[in-house]
Amino acid sequence: MTQSIVVHVGQCGNQIGCRFWDLALREHAHVNKEGLYDEALGSFFRNVDSREINGGACAVGGRIQQLKARAVLVDMEEGVVNKILQGPLREMFDSTQLLTDVSGSGNNWAVGHMTYGSVYREQIVDKLRKAAEHCDCLQCFFLIHSMGGGTGSGLGTKVLSLLNEEFPDVCRIVSSIYPSAEDDVVTSPYNSVLAMMELTEHAHCVMPVENQSLVEIVNKIKQMSHTRRPESVIRGDSAVISGQGGLSGTEKPFDAMNNIVANLLLNITSSARFDGSLNMDLNEIAMNLVPFPRLHYLLPSLTPLYTLADVSVPTRRLDQMFSDAFSKDHQLIRANPKRGLYLACALMVRGNVQMSDLRRNIERLKPSLPFVSWNQEGWKTGLCSVPPVGHSHSLLALANNTCVMSTFMELRERFTKLYRKKAHLHHYLHVEGMEQSLFSEAVGSLSSLIEEYHLLDATKGKLMPDAPRLCIAR
Amino acid sequence: MSIVTVQLGQCGNQVGPELFDVISRDALQGEKNAFGAAVRERFFHQTSRGELVARAVLVDMEPKVINHSVSRAAKSGVWRYGDASRFSEKQGSGNNWANGYCVHGPRHRDVVEELVRREVERCDRLAGLMAVMSVAGGTGSGVGTYVTQCLRDTYPRSFILNHLTWPYGTGEVIVQNYNSVLTLAHLYQLSDAILVHENDTVHRICSRLLNIQHISFADVNRVIAHQLASVLQPALAADSRGVYGRNPLGELAGALSCHPEYKLLSVCTTPQVPSSSMAYSTFSWPSLLKHLRQMLISNTKMEEGIDWQVRPPAGSERTGSLLRSGFNRSLANLLILRGKDVYSAETGLIDMHLLFYPMHIKEMVFFVGGGGSGALHDTRDVTYVPSTGGFEEPALYTSWLPSEEAFSSWKSPVPFNKYEKCATLVSNSQALLRPLDDMVGKAWNMFASRAYLHQYMTFGISEEDFLDSFTSIEQVISSYSQLH
Repeated sequence: MTQSIVVHVGQCGNQIGCRFWDLALREHAHVNKEGLYDEALGSFFRNVDSREINGGACAVGGRIQQLKARAVLVDMEEGVVNKILQGPLREMFDSTQLLTDVSGSGNNWAVGHMTYGSVYREQIVDKLRKAAEHCDCLQCFFLIHSMGGGTGSGLGTKVLSLLNEEFPDVCRIVSSIYPSAEDDVVTSPYNSVLAMMELTEHAHCVMPVENQSLVEIVNKIKQMSHTRRPESVIRGDSAVISGQGGLSGTEKPFDAMNNIVANLLLNITSSARFDGSLNMDLNEIAMNLVPFPRLHYLLPSLTPLYTLADVSVPTRRLDQMFSDAFSKDHQLIRANPKRGLYLACALMVRGNVQMSDLRRNIERLKPSLPFVSWNQEGWKTGLCSVPPVGHSHSLLALANNTCVMSTFMELRERFTKLYRKKAHLHHYLHVEGMEQSLFSEAVGSLSSLIEEYHLLDATKGKLMPDAPRLCIAR
Repeated sequence: MSIVTVQLGQCGNQVGPELFDVISRDALQGEKNAFGAAVRERFFHQTSRGELVARAVLVDMEPKVINHSVSRAAKSGVWRYGDASRFSEKQGSGNNWANGYCVHGPRHRDVVEELVRREVERCDRLAGLMAVMSVAGGTGSGVGTYVTQCLRDTYPRSFILNHLTWPYGTGEVIVQNYNSVLTLAHLYQLSDAILVHENDTVHRICSRLLNIQHISFADVNRVIAHQLASVLQPALAADSRGVYGRNPLGELAGALSCHPEYKLLSVCTTPQVPSSSMAYSTFSWPSLLKHLRQMLISNTKMEEGIDWQVRPPAGSERTGSLLRSGFNRSLANLLILRGKDVYSAETGLIDMHLLFYPMHIKEMVFFVGGGGSGALHDTRDVTYVPSTGGFEEPALYTSWLPSEEAFSSWKSPVPFNKYEKCATLVSNSQALLRPLDDMVGKAWNMFASRAYLHQYMTFGISEEDFLDSFTSIEQVISSYSQLH
């Protein structure tokens, strides 16, 4: 079995990371009743017997001694990481996995990327190397960060390019939190666009998530649980926003939203960790969903958001789950995939679902979903037999859809509004190594990305003729 | 003489154990006689304790499936895999043919060749090698092609049969058509015969004939194993004088792959009934053969829904075209009959005189253009007139091969896999033309937009290689569609 390393950078990244490890432990505790350190646990955790000399790493099959997360935590201010180290998850991380500084990046991408990037380059590479050495067969790096700030955005993308340099063969999957329009950081458009250029260059897959969508999902669930009708009582631990059953006791603000992203990561890796009749490995995701190297932005959607407390699940509920995955309300960015053109789509099903159910639903949904002409049957499917905690089955849909270009166009507009006036530009240009040309390069990269998506989108609805086949002379 | 099987990828390692299950049951049944001994020699070697160990090598890039197959075989109590006959890595090929062919294949070449060599050395005489794989994924297709190439290099005078499973048309993997085209183009140069099963067809057999409600891959694999085993189990050729064929793969290839441009073989078996109805069904050779012949001509793989209107065109109408009027032209056919009274089944030319003896004929089967078909069964009479199957009729075949050369038949009196009578037809015909054409069409459309190509180029395949493969397969399609 393969291992994955999770790297979280910046305040947002580390907060989500903290929720991720909590929920991961909860999930494995649910499944692993015997307390043995099995292969599934091994994909995210190391088993360490600290009584032994030189690290004391334990092999698969033995009892769980002490689990250490395969993670690297990076933040340029100490607040969040310190809180993690004081909380119930402190045993999971040792000091070789942490990199902190004191003063933060001041919401400035250039400070994160250029200044801290060069100062801490050696240390970052060193910590990544150490984490990689503990792995038998490293398959994937997961990077979690936000785009709007300074550390997550700037230093996070620097880490991404270092990963590309040092470990070019290892898959890089990035979860990026995009700022909403009403973000309180004024320079977030600059930071986001500068970071986008790096993501397009160096990542294998990016899963963009918008804060606004997370807020709407949280509100919807809270509204559901506040109506007192008996048939709509939600099972406590089932909501995608709930951390119930995990280690952390009280719920902090943003926890609900962060849990959604943490669940996203858990579901993506479920098929690689657990058994199933149709396994979908992480490298298969990139292979099947990325037809052109730059168009690697995959829209995630998770269903169901919660399970109602009464248990029976008729087939209609199952079909409803599939329909929901393609509705606007369940997407993690504010775009409507049905308005765009699907380039490829992956369905990762967890739980007690048969191959025939999956095929039936694909047949049912296909007519209403526009697919690009050369990929009319562009479905990649995976079946994992272990459902997530609190559910009997769940579905994660990852779609490569041209509607993502509307998000990028909005971002570009916000950027242009600031850049036209050269507002706040001096903060960036003061930084060593930063030049104004980088701004125009970044917005140029974004524009050409939008253009690539647009060209494909323009073919929607048109009947594209089949390419003429090769003729064999007789 | 023995066959060494190489199971590649998830599909190969799931079909393989089902195949050995079916075969081993016969080996046990025919414990004391020549048939059982032939089965045992062909597929297993016996340890000093009398255990049957399959002559097989298991290869996959990730360990889960092989572990499952090996432990399942061991639990059967009848046969098992060799302890050291397996090779697996930790990380799969990611559905990427180029990853399998250019990276994993060469990297593990020595280990795999060593495993095969050991198996081959355990055989007294090698009849040939069979590779079992799928074409949609990365390991079965990519590593499978590379391994076939190594086998061809190492055993240049042995027969190599590739058994391929084609995926569902509506897709299990998005890049399956690319992987399929690349695999087929390469295998065409390397293999002696390519035997194909399509998931779609087998799925229909499971749902319509076998009445399975929730079809799983295990059900599909069982049907594939049944059909494949009915081809590979020992049988007697016409001139064999009572000795079970010692060169099955060679005879198969000799009978069917008569021309290097025509290597695609498909299989059809009848009857296929749910095991619950087997006790209530009786079969007769004339009826089975009649159905099988029409299944061949109209290109159906099931006894249900056969189009009896399709018939071979009259001599003057011989033109080549893509399945004109639904008629499936054959190059060569191999009929294998197993079971009771098998020597009484006649398979040659239609005897038109039989039409005019209404009183004394107990069983009469006649084939008349226009759809009428009557079959009267009266099994009270012990001596019945042998009925005809009409497989040697020249109208079924291409004009440049005489029908006596094009048709062969094998027989075995031993019942197969719980069926009292079983008829299998392996044919080299236009049957696979439509699915192959669809597959290439979709792959070509994708190639024209250059989609996913960068994924393959990272591992060393160029656009030129793709074009070469497309050209080869278009050549095959052209050859088959112009058969007349």
